[in-house]
Amino acid sequence: MDIKAGRLVDPCSTRLTKTGAWRTFVPVFDHDKCIKCSLCEIYCPEGCIHQVDGLFVPDLDYCKGCSVCAHECPRMAISMVLEEK
Amino acid sequence: MENSLLAPGHRACAGCAMPTTIRLVLDAAGPNTIVVSPTGCLEVTTTPFPESSWCVPWIHSLFENASAVASGVEVMLKRRKQDTNVVIIGGDGSTFDIGMGCNSGMFERGHKILYVCYDNEAYMNTGVQRSGSTPFCAQTTTTPPGSKSKGNPRPKKDMPAIALAHKVPYVATASVAYPVDLRRKVKAALQVDGPSYIQVNAPCITGWTFDAGTMIELSRLAVETGLWPLAEWVNGELAGVKKIRRPKPVTDYLEIQGRYKHLFKKNDCGDQLAKIQAIADANKAKYKLVD
Amino acid sequence: MSQINTANMKVVEGSYAVAHAVMCCKPDVISAYPITPQTHIVEHLSQMVANGELDSEFLTVDSEFSALSVLVGASAMGARSYSSTTSQGLALMYEVLYNVSGMRMPVVMNVANRAMGAPLNIWNDQQDAVGARDVGWLQIYVEDVQEAVDATLQAYKIAEDPQIRMPIMVCMDGFVLTHVYEPVELLDKELASQYLPAFQPEKILDPNHPMTFGAFADPSTYTEFRYQQFDAQLKSMAKIEKAAKEFEEIFGRHYGGLVDSYFADDAEVVIVTMGSVIGTIKDAIDAMRKEGKKVGLVKVRSYRPFPVQALRQALKGASVIAVIEKDVSIGAEAGLVTDLKSAFYNSKIRTPVIGFAAGLGGRDITIKDIRKIVDKAEAARKGIESEFEFLDLRTEIL
Ligand SMILES: Cc1ncc(C[n+]2csc(CCOP(=O)(O)OP(=O)(O)O)c2C)c(N)n1
Ligand code: SF4
Ligand code: SF4
Ligand code: SF4
Ligand SMILES: [Mg+2]
Repeated sequence: MDIKAGRLVDPCSTRLTKTGAWRTFVPVFDHDKCIKCSLCEIYCPEGCIHQVDGLFVPDLDYCKGCSVCAHECPRMAISMVLEEK
Repeated sequence: MENSLLAPGHRACAGCAMPTTIRLVLDAAGPNTIVVSPTGCLEVTTTPFPESSWCVPWIHSLFENASAVASGVEVMLKRRKQDTNVVIIGGDGSTFDIGMGCNSGMFERGHKILYVCYDNEAYMNTGVQRSGSTPFCAQTTTTPPGSKSKGNPRPKKDMPAIALAHKVPYVATASVAYPVDLRRKVKAALQVDGPSYIQVNAPCITGWTFDAGTMIELSRLAVETGLWPLAEWVNGELAGVKKIRRPKPVTDYLEIQGRYKHLFKKNDCGDQLAKIQAIADANKAKYKLVD
Repeated sequence: MSQINTANMKVVEGSYAVAHAVMCCKPDVISAYPITPQTHIVEHLSQMVANGELDSEFLTVDSEFSALSVLVGASAMGARSYSSTTSQGLALMYEVLYNVSGMRMPVVMNVANRAMGAPLNIWNDQQDAVGARDVGWLQIYVEDVQEAVDATLQAYKIAEDPQIRMPIMVCMDGFVLTHVYEPVELLDKELASQYLPAFQPEKILDPNHPMTFGAFADPSTYTEFRYQQFDAQLKSMAKIEKAAKEFEEIFGRHYGGLVDSYFADDAEVVIVTMGSVIGTIKDAIDAMRKEGKKVGLVKVRSYRPFPVQALRQALKGASVIAVIEKDVSIGAEAGLVTDLKSAFYNSKIRTPVIGFAAGLGGRDITIKDIRKIVDKAEAARKGIESEFEFLDLRTEIL
């Protein structure tokens, strides 16, 4: 993005910053347990859980590893795993 | 939410309720919406120049003038006969305290503006100082417990009642843990031809101190204990409340938050816990929360 | 300085004349709060809206702070926006003043200059606006009602210029100009529209192009935001001159662009000032010239941007300069005299400059006072005794 002081800011542009770098634990989804209630998608503060080919997956570019999804999943289909970086 | 109107990459703390709250509000309001926000965590974390998380037109001016700025936006929309929602999304500090004059003016002039307060019960952006919304006994950096203090000495200001006193035609409380309810209330508010006010319980991990994963659970507990009644007023009349099926003791909610830790350390705070339970019980009675 | 076509003149109240000028500018949104001596301006505007003479959204708000904040929203929607205030009201707006200029919103505001409390005082001086000289707004000070009218129209032209996009205060002395009835040529609506085309903002709050206004800037970009405002103010000097010239071509009146002068060319003692006291000073100069005293005047019309080059040019022949101003910087002389001295420091001009705080809280400045100042200035040619003083200080009540 060209930084020009004083100019207005483009919409949706924080996408340029990959907050996934903040993460210590990563959510791992067990798709077999998932009942597609979409609660994880609704509650995720980053708005980074999406359905891809019918499966709920986190976008690890942005996931901060807060574990809200894991905590709220009614089927305990999400586990938080220490990430090897 | 692939087509969410709040982009990821914002700088809110991991596990903050505010971005989820914004997304739920924008989901219900849709893209034909202009958002006005005051200074606070929301503004600082979603609009670090030259980036912005907002996918709808958005403006920030000052900490205490969002209602006046939104009024200027709204009169221009009316002048152009343009049917676009005007939504203010602001923190409790700007809503309950410093912005009160502008809020009162906006309510009284009857602008068609939805005011959503994401209520994290303190001035978080400046490091967790007390606001008029901070609940009884909560620890903040300006209401620290000590030998002569048990945390915030005053109960939370009743902001919905202040909105109702201005004859705001639609007033509601909501919680980030009840997304269906919140979205419905936003839609209802946007139908009103005049101002509306929704106050959303939105836990702050930094200020309340809890395990990040429990953010939603915490907001749910605020409701289930009776400390945060989910209510809705239409034209000044209480039009609906969310019943609590299995009421929980307030300690379930308090003991998992660092801001109430002092109440559990010393046994001389038993009184305080009883007083907080009494606040919850009074809410349950007032709103008939339990059948 | 101005040439007036007496055929079209009407005797009206200064506030009405200014309100009429605002009407000719066709603002989309007006938002203001009553305060003496500005009140009549907004009352007249309210009446014009009520009569259907003026098609503007008029917001009656809870404070001056809200009044200007409303215009932030309106301006972001592409509105031509207007407010007016004074003194305590301007001070209450202080935070928003920076915001409007920082967000490059071309708001125009008449400031009916008045003293600041405490002690509470409703009369004229210029402490309010001079105290807000650093907020990023352009400031034009007018000498009479006709100039207030004409400068209000010119202000929109300058403010809305795509290269400028800066807010402007048109400063007129409270009561002296707001409440006086004098013959004025009211603006012709058609000619005003010809002079001032519709406002064409580049970007507005628009769901089809959802931009973010008012983002948070960190140390890596903040300086550049400020620089751009600074640069726009410098560029506005040429636009102020141009606006005055184009105005003259259509309306036949001219008051100078950045500065103006009266018998300054051959003057030995030159008075520098702003605002309505110029009327009295001119009368004093006329009398002294008859006595053979070489006294002249340089009027600072644009205080921000501060016209350094124009002032060096206008004052290069003076042997001594006396600055008369209705404000003080408590603890450090006063605004205009400090700015003027700093404009000279790196030039070849080594003329002695003395400053007078006069007319504070509405105290009259008389021809006798001007003579006294000229005497003091003449004495200062031989050596400055007092660089800065309060004129006519009543030492008996100190
Ligand atoms: C006039 C003014 N006073 C104080 C501040 C400092 N300030 C900025 S944000 C803030 C607190 C915000 O609290 P709140 O509205 O509850 O939002 P939060 O950060 O908690 O989300 C304060 C005190 C300011 N920006 N402007
Ligand atoms: S861990 Fe947090 S940020 Fe990551 S996907 Fe789950 S809810 Fe979203
Ligand atoms: S919350 Fe659990 S069950 Fe529901 S969609 Fe997400 S992973 Fe599936
Ligand atoms: S301090 Fe609190 S409100 Fe602010 S971003 Fe962090 S969690 Fe959210
Ligand atoms: Mg807060």
